[in-house]
Amino acid sequence: MTEPLLKIEAVSKRFSRRPALAERLAGRITGRPARDETVHAVTDVTLEVARGEVLGVVGESGCGKSTLGRMVAGIHAPSEGRVTLAGQPVARDRGGHVTKLTPNVQMIHQDPFASLNPRMKVGETIAEGPRQHGLTPPAEIPAMVRALMAQVGLEGAYANRLPHQFSGGQRQRIAIARALAMRPDLLVLDEAVASLDVSIQAQVLNLFLQLRRDLGLTALFISHDLSVVRHVCDRVAIMYLGRLVELAPAEELYAAPKHPYTAALFASVPEIGRGRRAFHPIEGEIPSPLDPPPGCPFHPRCPMAGPRCRTEVPALGPAGPGRAVACHLEHGGTGAEVAA
Amino acid sequence: MSDTTLSEGGPVPVPSAPPAETRATRLRHFWDDYRRAPMAVAALGLVVLMLLLSFGAPLVAPQDPYDMAALDYADAFLRPGETGSGGYVHLLGTDNAGRDMLSAILYGLKTSFVIGLSAGALALALGISVGLTAAYFGSRVEALLMRVVDLQLSMPAILLALVLVAVLGQGVAQIVLALVVAQYAYFARTTHGAATAERRKDYIEAARSTPLPTHRVLLRHLLPNVMPPLIVVATVQVASAIALEATLSFLGVGLPLTEPSLGSLISNGFKYIHTDRTWLSIYPGVALMVTVVAINLVGDQVRTVLDPRNSR
Repeated sequence: MTEPLLKIEAVSKRFSRRPALAERLAGRITGRPARDETVHAVTDVTLEVARGEVLGVVGESGCGKSTLGRMVAGIHAPSEGRVTLAGQPVARDRGGHVTKLTPNVQMIHQDPFASLNPRMKVGETIAEGPRQHGLTPPAEIPAMVRALMAQVGLEGAYANRLPHQFSGGQRQRIAIARALAMRPDLLVLDEAVASLDVSIQAQVLNLFLQLRRDLGLTALFISHDLSVVRHVCDRVAIMYLGRLVELAPAEELYAAPKHPYTAALFASVPEIGRGRRAFHPIEGEIPSPLDPPPGCPFHPRCPMAGPRCRTEVPALGPAGPGRAVACHLEHGGTGAEVAA
Repeated sequence: MSDTTLSEGGPVPVPSAPPAETRATRLRHFWDDYRRAPMAVAALGLVVLMLLLSFGAPLVAPQDPYDMAALDYADAFLRPGETGSGGYVHLLGTDNAGRDMLSAILYGLKTSFVIGLSAGALALALGISVGLTAAYFGSRVEALLMRVVDLQLSMPAILLALVLVAVLGQGVAQIVLALVVAQYAYFARTTHGAATAERRKDYIEAARSTPLPTHRVLLRHLLPNVMPPLIVVATVQVASAIALEATLSFLGVGLPLTEPSLGSLISNGFKYIHTDRTWLSIYPGVALMVTVVAINLVGDQVRTVLDPRNSR
């Protein structure tokens, strides 16, 4: 097997907030000292993406998938571990602040109404990155902008317009054109179609598939929408509470999920044709990432949980060809079998 | 147009091209909104008229109040409407040195405008630098800069300006410097507030992760999006700078009477307020008041038009 393009190695990200001076004073007075609050956004995630592959990252909101995407794009520096693209780190940081990040990973954000500078003509928005990095000779910039806009299905004459003159779907096309203009090795799509109408979603997804065929794109496709992910991804990583719980080729995962969380996630998707039969939401709430439960992060909501799940964090282990699961059921049992 | 890049779902109906929004059409939209308030239109007209009259004073004014040779003590204390030795009517009378008050007011207005506008522009530039730096870099830089600004905002601007002028001495440049130091804090606070809100938006993150150099993110992405509230503050601060300068001159620490500003004219006339020579202080006072009120009215309407809640 060839060397993977993107390597995410044992990456964790914690966000700490030191209590403000007033809170610390108040804590001192009341005798309950305010402690540093730490959010465990991503914990010990290891993933690889091969050149030309589209990897889906799926999970409920708050599971750390966007934070993972931002670390891959170099916007956040990992607290631990490292992210490399073709062997090179995606960002250099000093004291947790990113100082230099790679132009070879480009990100497409969820909300196209926030991701374009409202006071910059869209042509300039597309052109400024390549111009800054000297990717395109200045004389060829207008032609490049027109070509990119055509590639994402927009008329080149629209280059002189401001973002507010476009619809959401058109804006997302502009955001894609801006990302492609940098000729990135990897795209990170963070819920890139989540805020669009369903019909527009389909158009943008088709555009993505088309571009993937034409350009051989490699991408990290972050989404909470299982049907969208199935449509566009080769492999899917399921995240829960900052941890990777299952990794499998898309079709196999959809055919036979192995982790109880993945199974519950699929069962909770409402489907047309299932009629009025109830769909099953997952029991309970997602625990707070401020205070993750000991043991398996999913055990408080898991129907199969045993004693071992409450104390021991399951490691991600192989579960069939190309598949991996972090669950004691797959790897030595939950401890409940003995009791029963 | 037909969309050939899509593999499924047929051609995408792309709405017909909206008209390109140029600077000119944006300005016209702005004007269409602005003129809905007749008072504000009148105020704008007044400000423009004052600017024309004051900067065209050498052409318009009957006399050059700086030219000592043109003054005649025989003309001192002429009442408004009396004719002096120059053979023309002194519409607003003359002062104790025989200076035509209308001319003095026009020249004084020019001094006031020059000071107000340059102090406003410099304070805007300084305030933007401080506010943007604080908002963009955050943490310690932000804490340090904004505490200094807060400290300054908690003190009356006039007090700070008084101390500075006392230290720096008299003269236009000194006054401008004092006003800039006294007023930049308002711009810094406004910039900081607006920039803190904008900084979190995805387009800033997109620009940073492209990656674009910091100065480009600040100047091309952040700054244009924090300008609207600053334009409003700038308008109001120009009026406030004019009033501040007048106050300083009135208190005798501003400009000398040889370089008349509205404040020094009022101050000079104030000596005669208990006689019947009230025109000496009233007319420059009225000129000052009308100017400040008119600029504030313009600023208010600009605020209303730029308010996103009123946007169409």
